Amino acid sequence: MQLSRRDPRIAAGILALAAIGILIGGAFLGLGVEAWRNPEGAYAAFDSYLFRVARFTLWQALLSTLLSVAPAILVARALSRHPEFPGRQLILRLFAVPLALPAIVAALGILSLYGRAGYFAGALGGLSGGSWPGIYGLSGILVAHVFFNLPLATRLLLEALQTVPGDQWRLASQLGMGARASFRLIEWPAMRAALPGIAGLVFMLCVTSFTIVLTLGGGPAATTLEVAIYQALRFDFDPARAVSLTLLQIALTAVVVLALMRLGANTAGEANLSVTRRSFISARPVEKSFNAAIILIALAFVGGPMIATVASGLEADLARLAGEASVRRATFTSIVLASLSATLACALSLSLVMARRALAVSRGAGEASLLERFTDTGAGFVLVVPPVVVGAGWFVLVRQSIDVFALAPFMVIAVNAVMAMPFAVRAIRPAHDAAAERHERICAQLGIGGWNRLRLIDWPVLRRPLATAFAFAMALSLGDLGVIALFGSDAVQTLPYLLLSRMGSYRTADAAGLALLLGLLCLALTMIADRLGKERPR
Amino acid sequence: MRSLVYVFTSALALAAAHPAMAEGKLTVYTYESFTSEWGPGPQVEKAFEAECGCDLEFVSVADGVALLSRVKLEGASTKADIVLGLDTNLTAEAKATGLFAPHGAASNDVKVPGDWKDDIFVPYDYGYFAVVYDTEKLKNPPKSLKELVEGNPEEKIAIQDPRTSTPGLGLLLWVKSVYGDKAPEAWAKLKGRVLTVTPGWSEAYGLFTKGEAPMVLSYTTSPAYHMVAENTERYQAAPFEEGHYVQIEVAGITTTGAKNPLAEKFMAFMTGPGFQDVVPETNWMLPAGKTDKPLNPAFDKLVKPAKTLLFSADEVAANRKAWVDEWLGVMSK
Repeated sequence: MQLSRRDPRIAAGILALAAIGILIGGAFLGLGVEAWRNPEGAYAAFDSYLFRVARFTLWQALLSTLLSVAPAILVARALSRHPEFPGRQLILRLFAVPLALPAIVAALGILSLYGRAGYFAGALGGLSGGSWPGIYGLSGILVAHVFFNLPLATRLLLEALQTVPGDQWRLASQLGMGARASFRLIEWPAMRAALPGIAGLVFMLCVTSFTIVLTLGGGPAATTLEVAIYQALRFDFDPARAVSLTLLQIALTAVVVLALMRLGANTAGEANLSVTRRSFISARPVEKSFNAAIILIALAFVGGPMIATVASGLEADLARLAGEASVRRATFTSIVLASLSATLACALSLSLVMARRALAVSRGAGEASLLERFTDTGAGFVLVVPPVVVGAGWFVLVRQSIDVFALAPFMVIAVNAVMAMPFAVRAIRPAHDAAAERHERICAQLGIGGWNRLRLIDWPVLRRPLATAFAFAMALSLGDLGVIALFGSDAVQTLPYLLLSRMGSYRTADAAGLALLLGLLCLALTMIADRLGKERPR
Repeated sequence: MRSLVYVFTSALALAAAHPAMAEGKLTVYTYESFTSEWGPGPQVEKAFEAECGCDLEFVSVADGVALLSRVKLEGASTKADIVLGLDTNLTAEAKATGLFAPHGAASNDVKVPGDWKDDIFVPYDYGYFAVVYDTEKLKNPPKSLKELVEGNPEEKIAIQDPRTSTPGLGLLLWVKSVYGDKAPEAWAKLKGRVLTVTPGWSEAYGLFTKGEAPMVLSYTTSPAYHMVAENTERYQAAPFEEGHYVQIEVAGITTTGAKNPLAEKFMAFMTGPGFQDVVPETNWMLPAGKTDKPLNPAFDKLVKPAKTLLFSADEVAANRKAWVDEWLGVMSK
């Protein structure tokens, strides 16, 4: 099947890549020029300590990825096989909340359960004989990373599972397939196609972890490259070192992510139009209770720290907080900035996903072109460019010509959108590619393309995954703070910023109250996104 | 789409709306917690604008370190007339930029520990680093740095990373000034007592108030906050025999500000009661200049260090990297 090279979907993808390229390239250009004046830092950074840091960074990220993604396969499968599970919808919405929480809030929530003074300290101390030392060290880092990423991976895998056409389930049911057979023949192929991308995403998130690693790591033996970059840029202001460390971080991540890609497989989708609603999954009682147990364990693990966060939030003077002008202003700012970045993130991702699909179709069975690779995994590497680098780079670049304060809000929106883009891609792509596989021929035959195709053919299928993508992108932007350190924060006082500023001036109770508010806000926005994305009854 | 345009333009307008109401205008760069609604900024702005009949504009960045980076990046074209919020560990580096001009005689009214004086930077407040402990958890707090280092490793302390935080650097200098060449050995012992090393003060203090550690590295003034705002004496600072390391916060006039007559005026105001009265209960530091009102009685109950420890700005600038690497070598084993 030959599609026109001038497919508007490809143009959209190129446009999206260009936008991302300008944002990241501009930052590197800014820092590069600054680094040129004083380049010694670039190689002075590479010493034996850095080697240890790099090793630890990769090691903890690999473990975290494994511990997040492997259980997520079970959880996603359990959720997929029980569409009527009580509270399923709420569970899925709750799973978007951890991403919106600033790292320190999550860390404190986790410590209220497993810390030295945590809720389980007595029981855990009894088990380990003696007083419980807390989870500081690698175990603490892993627990926190799984808390953030297990729900993420679960939702993205579920998104992949939902692309399995109803016809297959009906057939499986007619053939009397048991749990094992349907996992092997139906669910695993669907998840396997999405797995490398999701694992890569989680891996990148863990590579760039900063506050979690330092706070729960127990000492500087647990340090990531991100800490070194932050130090280079903030404390020492050594752009050359920051740039070379960032490049190292990208290179190391690329090696691992490309290796992950090899584990995956591009399975051919189902080319027939599905006519069956998905209600043909029948599980036996044993399997039912096993799945229920899995879901409950995951819920307890993710929900526990959230309940602790809510509990300490309720101790705050919430009425007073809600009445404060600064809190209202920050809430408003957060909502506006997060919705704008989420919209932009969805637009970017959709363009990339469509372009990748169009490119893949047009090449047939040949090697993927560089452009296709970029629309696929390449763009995802923005995640390992620290926001502080992007922020500082652009600051350097524009300080002479533009009022940097005016630029700050745009910076926040752009950076958050680009950082959320890889998540949105993972959420959108399975549904888009599966649908495209089914519709490609008929669209070509009927000559439907461009805007009409997007509106009539793709949009109905993409509503739900787009809502998921939007919710995640928004949650991610709600929690972010990294970009504007140098710009000056007066123009963009968001909720997490206010939270940290209260925490930094002894007002811990206020901070806990704001964390609760942030969580609720995220939940509310997720619900709205879900509602908008609901498939209309056909 | 129209609403999008609206939001963009209003965000722009929001960012650009700085009323220039009077003839004269003074721009002061400072750190974020100074201008927050709880910080000294709002009251200082009101008082100074009433006095000078001019417009005082604060521009805030994340912290003192970001402040210096920002000024360095802007170079001679900086809009800042005054930079307020560096500490004495940063002044040598700040001076080396050549972007600061000598002040007049503003520092005559100022009295800070160690008689710290400088022809460019003027102190506006100071605080001593201290180990703050929870009286309900710790019955026998350490009475010296030595006791902290050699004490029961089951009684933990939360500290900050000197690579990312000023108090973290403060503790490092404190240990160095007491132990000198023996500092690595001291850190090796203290390491067992360290619960964790956080990126900033907030995280460590959060762990402490959550009950994760009975001790935290903070300031002698921390208990004043709990006494004044929360009416509790539960959290106290431990006086150390060897003395306490001091952090002095300073402001300086930039070469841009040297042309603005309001800059000298602000420096004089800064060391006077209009500014100094505000500092203790908003910045939770000790005033460097004369106050009109007596301090809140809670401040009388604070630890008064027997001895002040302070390296000169040049010593810190010359050795910081080596000392941090030394610390890193011991702590990351």
